[in-house]
Parts: sequence; C-alpha cells; structure tokens
Amino acid sequence: MSNDTFSQEVRSFIKENYLFGQEKHFDDSDSFLEHGIIDSTAVLELVAFLEENYGITVEDEELTPDNLDSIKSVSLYLCRKLNGALENFSSAKTA
Amino acid sequence: MTTAPAISTDLLHIDALSETERIVSSIRQSVLHTFRRRGVVVGASGGIDSSVVAALCARALGEDRVLLLLMPESDSSPDSLRLGRKLADCLKVPSVVEDIAPILAAAGCYERRDAAIRQVFPEYREGYKSKIVLPNLMDGDRYALFSIIVQPPGGEPRKIRLSASSYLGIVAATNFKQRVRKMMEYYYADLMNYVVAGTPNRLEYDQGFFVKLGDGAADLKPIAHLYKSQVYQLAAYLGVPEEIQNRPSTTDTYSLEQTQEEFFFSLPLRTLDLCLYGKNNAIPPNELAPIAGISSEQVERAYRMIESKRKATQYLHSAARFVEPVKEI
Repeated sequence: MSNDTFSQEVRSFIKENYLFGQEKHFDDSDSFLEHGIIDSTAVLELVAFLEENYGITVEDEELTPDNLDSIKSVSLYLCRKLNGALENFSSAKTA
Repeated sequence: MTTAPAISTDLLHIDALSETERIVSSIRQSVLHTFRRRGVVVGASGGIDSSVVAALCARALGEDRVLLLLMPESDSSPDSLRLGRKLADCLKVPSVVEDIAPILAAAGCYERRDAAIRQVFPEYREGYKSKIVLPNLMDGDRYALFSIIVQPPGGEPRKIRLSASSYLGIVAATNFKQRVRKMMEYYYADLMNYVVAGTPNRLEYDQGFFVKLGDGAADLKPIAHLYKSQVYQLAAYLGVPEEIQNRPSTTDTYSLEQTQEEFFFSLPLRTLDLCLYGKNNAIPPNELAPIAGISSEQVERAYRMIESKRKATQYLHSAARFVEPVKEI
C-alpha cells in the first residue's frame, strides 16, 4: 500500500474519532497535540488502531511525536514500519 | 549598563505568615459571609494538601467549626487513616470515620475495575495488587502511554501497556472512590450547615489532576493558587505533623502504592513545580534549567507537556454549557 492510502485511512480514523466535522480545517501536516485533539487516551486508541489494522507492534521507543503527531507523520511511520517488516520477510526467505 | 538580575534559586519561597493570614481571611469571608454557613467539612487523606487545608480552616473559623472526614476503603493505605487521626488530634478538631468500602462494593467499583484489568491481564483475580503508571518522560520526547503493574500474591510485579478500553474502564471504576468521598462530604455539610473545602494545590488544579464532580468539587479551594512546594512551607509554618510533611505524595487509589508522578505527572513533583512556575512567569528554559536541575531541552519538553495537559483536561474544568444564559441567576 502507498503512503497516500495510509494517509486516507489514518485521516478517516482521526476524522471519525476526534475531528467531529472540523476536518476541513485540518491538514495532513497539522499537529494533533498543538490542535488539542489527541490526549493520552486518544494515543492509546491510535496505537490500537495501527496495531489491529496493520498487524504491527508499536514499540515504546516509537511513541514519539515524530512518528505519531500528524496524519502525515503516522502515514510515513506506517510506511517505514511495513516496509521494514517486508524487508525482514524477504531477507528471511532468501537466507 | 545594567545586567539583568539572576533568577532566584528560591523561586517558590513565600512569606508563610502573611500568606496564612491572607488565606484565613478569604476562608472567613467565603464561609461566613458569602455562603453564610457555620463551618467547613474537609476530607482528610493523611496527605499534605488536605492537612494544610484543615489547619487553615481551623485557624480561620476555630477548631469547633471544622469537621475532618476520614474515608478509608479497601485499597487505602492504613497510614492514611492513622495520619488523619493524628492530624485531628494535632489540630484538636472533631473527626468522623466513614468506611466507604461497602458503598464502593455495592456500586461495583472493585468488580468493574478488576474486569477492566482482566482485558489486558486475564489471570488477574482477588488478592492481586495493581497500579497504573506513566513512563518518565525526561529522557526523550515521547507520548506517555499508561501501563498497569500487576503483582500476584507473593509473586513478582509485571508491567503491561493498557489498551484504551482497559484504561478507561479502570479509571471510570476507580473514579467512584473520589465521587463517593465527595458525596459523603456533602452529606455532612448538609447535616451541619457547613460547606465543603477542596484540597487541590496549584499543580493539581492547573494540570487537571482531579476527578470531575469528585475531588474536583468543592465550595472553596483555599490552596489552589499555591505551588506544591509552597504548600509544604505552609505545612511547616502551621505545625502539621512532621510525619505528614515527610510522607510522599500518593494517590491512595490503587492497591499497590502509587506516587502522583507515576500516575499523572511522570516528572518528579519538585521539578514539575518549578517548570510550572517557569512557564507561568515566562522564564526562558536555559535560565530555569540550572535551578530545576535538568537540561534546557528537558525544561522545554516540560513546558510543552504542561500546555498539552492543560488542553487535554479543559473538559474537567468546564461547567455545564447552556444554550443561552439564564440571566436572572
């Protein structure tokens, strides 16, 4: 899946759970924290969404704003995470 | 040319005598003149904040116009009741013990909490102990995700990250404790024609460290403007028993002992106190850092956390919204 697909899915999750009709004013690069739409409960929900929908494990050290503070950063994090898993899978197969 | 004065290392020092007089005068005005009630109920936990509030109320109104309410439940530390009694003796104020465990059990507080814990720790059962914790965030810019520490009888503690539904279930169930305590405080206030004093300090009030309509509810909050370090200064001045002054701040909500920073602040309280003062007074991070004993980057991170927590807890401070004001009231 592409970064665009991830962005759409993440935006859809954020829109449904936290934006409540204000999505027109929320860009993909806007900070969740600065806009006050994500608190500690919402981060737990976002992590659960990522783990359940994409079969990944979000490690404690990955719980950073760099990875999870905007639709864009979450999408890029997902890309890196899934590509990493794919590379690991390929190298395991060829080994 | 003049140079800017160095920031005092004693930023949070107060004149305890004049601050006590100011608060005492405000309590008298609120209770006797604004509310026209005879006295004050204080729910005492054996901690520093409720002890200072009780001491201030006793100074303001006299010992016979303060009722100290001691409300242990199944997970309370025995120290809480013992120190509450010690405070009552020290201040010479009447006290009442209300064991709230039966009310909590009837409301399903413990059962609902245990069911929520079992969502992430299926073998959890009676006799196990637990507490919710946050990571220390001073070492990196990370989101603070709640985990639960579970300890089987005689076993080693295990730490597991909470799911959102488990976290919400545990918090919703344990919030019964603060709300039942407040219900009991208002029972005695109604019975005696008293008001209820709240006990948050500034750090707790500012950062939303309270349960809405639980410990957040009160008719007056006499120390909500004071930083935690300043509450300790008043405690010493007012002669609060030293054992209470030296007791670490705990939530006294979970069966494993839990410090306030573990549950909510994720920073040592003294550090956060200084950072809150620094942020409120626009002190640049590089000037506060040597006083707080942390790096400039860590102060910046603390400033961001404080702001973020304020936004996240706005709901707790909000009164009910109206479609339009009822202007006659």
